[in-house]
Amino acid sequence: MSKGSPVSPSLMATKPSGAPAEHRDAAPASDTHAASVAGSAVLGPNNVVAPVEMTGAEAIVRSLEELGVTDVFGLPGGAILPTYDPLFASKLNHILVRHEQGAGHAAEGYAMVTGEVGVCIATSGPGATNLVTAIMDAHMDSVPIVAITGQVSSAVIGSDAFQEADIVGITMPITKHSYLVTDPEDIPRVMAEAFHLASTGRPGPVLVDVAKDAQQAKMTFSWPPKIELPGYRPVLRGHSKQVREAAKLIAAATKPVLYVGGGVIKAHASRELRELAELTGAPVVTTLQARGAFPDSHEQHVGMPGMHGSVSAVTALQQADLLITLGARFDDRVTGVLSTFAPHAKVIHADIDPAEISKNRVADVPIVGSVKEIIPDLTQAVRAQFESAGKPELADWWRFLNNLRETYPLGYTEPSDGLTAPQKVIKRIGELTGPEGIFVAGVGQHQMWSAQFIKYERPHAWLNSGGAGTMGYSVPAAMGAKVGSPNRVVWAIDGDGCFQMTNQELATCTINNIPIKVAVINNSSLGMVRQWQTLFYEGRYSNTDLNTGHDTVRVPDFVKLAEAYGCAALRCERDEDIDATIQQALEINDRPVVIDFVVSPDSMVWPMVPAGVSNDLIQIARNLTPQWEEED
Amino acid sequence: MARHTLSVLVEDKPGVLTRVASLFARRAFNIHSLAVGVTEVEGISRMTVVVDAEGDLLEQVTKQLNKLINVIKIVELVPETSVQRDHILVKVRADAATRLQVTQAADLFRASVVDVSTEALVIEATGDAEKINALLSVLEPFGIREIVQSGTLAVGRGSRSMSDRALRSA
Repeated sequence: MSKGSPVSPSLMATKPSGAPAEHRDAAPASDTHAASVAGSAVLGPNNVVAPVEMTGAEAIVRSLEELGVTDVFGLPGGAILPTYDPLFASKLNHILVRHEQGAGHAAEGYAMVTGEVGVCIATSGPGATNLVTAIMDAHMDSVPIVAITGQVSSAVIGSDAFQEADIVGITMPITKHSYLVTDPEDIPRVMAEAFHLASTGRPGPVLVDVAKDAQQAKMTFSWPPKIELPGYRPVLRGHSKQVREAAKLIAAATKPVLYVGGGVIKAHASRELRELAELTGAPVVTTLQARGAFPDSHEQHVGMPGMHGSVSAVTALQQADLLITLGARFDDRVTGVLSTFAPHAKVIHADIDPAEISKNRVADVPIVGSVKEIIPDLTQAVRAQFESAGKPELADWWRFLNNLRETYPLGYTEPSDGLTAPQKVIKRIGELTGPEGIFVAGVGQHQMWSAQFIKYERPHAWLNSGGAGTMGYSVPAAMGAKVGSPNRVVWAIDGDGCFQMTNQELATCTINNIPIKVAVINNSSLGMVRQWQTLFYEGRYSNTDLNTGHDTVRVPDFVKLAEAYGCAALRCERDEDIDATIQQALEINDRPVVIDFVVSPDSMVWPMVPAGVSNDLIQIARNLTPQWEEED
Repeated sequence: MARHTLSVLVEDKPGVLTRVASLFARRAFNIHSLAVGVTEVEGISRMTVVVDAEGDLLEQVTKQLNKLINVIKIVELVPETSVQRDHILVKVRADAATRLQVTQAADLFRASVVDVSTEALVIEATGDAEKINALLSVLEPFGIREIVQSGTLAVGRGSRSMSDRALRSA
């Protein structure tokens, strides 16, 4: 009688019919960007274009225009040349990068500040493989980008032709989806689908690889195309019964924590989050990807959790009796040893990606959907629950957390070598720039300090490579952010190691008048690796000295390098010059600025939960763990 | 580890088999057998995937498969409510002296002899995994020269079709 049961019935049952229209707020940082027309899965204004003959290359450019794209980042080469010809005549703003990886990260930075799809373009073979790191980065951090690559002509695909790489195959595990286009008639539909996939559901990178002959051949273009994605039906609305169950847990919890992840920023749900937080009165922790989703200055914000989180945030999670998890994924950098993470807590897990739920930590109440829809529903359900069952008393919980906040605030000690503390530089950049700025970090110590010591009051102000940990992200991502948000001050806070990986994009910034500000936190070493060598390898500094700081040969000289790229170049080596240097940089807006902040190599990121141990063993300084209250 | 049979409806697009197979490899899920073919709906293929996985891991496999854009629907078929068949071709050593014994053994399993030569027979059999294994153990003493086996095929019992609901909104 039966034909077997669906393996995930809740998912099947709630898939709505037809492709859903994405419901989005314009990002606060957005300047001018088209959203999709209600009811259509095709992004952009959905202008009706009657069938007209053109080449595949013209169809690619025209599709981008119809999709509402205004800015693209790329670098041409043989297999994408046909597309660069109509691009030359287009009103699209194409920014010529110096390395394809820069185009990829720029597309990410653009997407992160605007909430729109970032676009990067490269040629076949090495052009396409140079995008791989950025595509992987976007995949790990759920950033909506579309990568368009040229491919060798379909007749020679598979023959190891010049500059041939199977980029669809190479990127298969690191894209949300990918296309190889050999028939030019497919181009409008594929482009519309790529943008729809990248920007809806759990956002991510989509690759469109177009054979050269498909770009050259004639096709009939019309718009809008019909999207054909029978297997793609992301759930947006949370299941109402699950939402009510979650509200019951919240009403019963005496030590709840709102564990907020990057999904809240992607969903533009900060306002909704604040309402829920203030209704429940629960403490809020914002992960590395969620910094700014909830204002740092809000009294309910207890900090960033994780390996370098604050004592109050890490301990709040460890001691909680309920985690209200919103768009977060129990990453190992947050949980530490999973089996010891938040051992007393029940878990509500709201996420748009069903595969994240119960992947690492089993959820007691799973809710599949967009946090943009779930949070208001949850707020309503909690309000009803509080009215009937009463609001739980959280005073003891807050007494405990406030004590931790007062006893173990984020801080740093002056380095014993007498050199500048890098934390001080970063803190002052944040304070002198203010919360309306955008801060883009590389990866390493400076990234953690930027997450800790800059105060974030709004979403889309903090960009970094979280999941992937891509050194070199900062400069190109800041460039993309500045293009997407030209009226904001955009800081690339970079390390001397990271900066040397992608600083060629300074040329792009200077030539195209993209005046970003780069603070190189120059500790003359691969600082985070060096910190681990200090702590776990008896101070054996194997291959971490970069010779860019005090008492070294200073190769390269960052000031000379910046000047060679046409940037304003400053150097700051003393505490007393920090403020004046930052002020000077803030006043230069006609070209990029690079500041070489030469700092101590010995400063370390604290607090720290060493890898492989429980979060309960958080250290506030070397070999120093907090004094826990007896009863906890 | 427990063995599970998943029926997966996919769009018949280039690369879809690679996507499914590489997902299993990347997430370290073990495929026991895989069969792919067309269905009653044009443009839709059906994969029958037999995996070794415990409960939590199976759920994760299914969710990850569901994330593939070309995957339309996944159903687990349990033995009690489904028909599951393997298909096998076996080349067995058989000369004039043993040929009769071999064909009789094949008859017992309702298997057919599909090729005869002076030195060997090719036997074709269909059945569930137990039956196939039993046949092979009976044929083994005669000398098995070659085995070719399909992935398991499975279909739910009763009148309903897996594609009914899945494609309504497509």
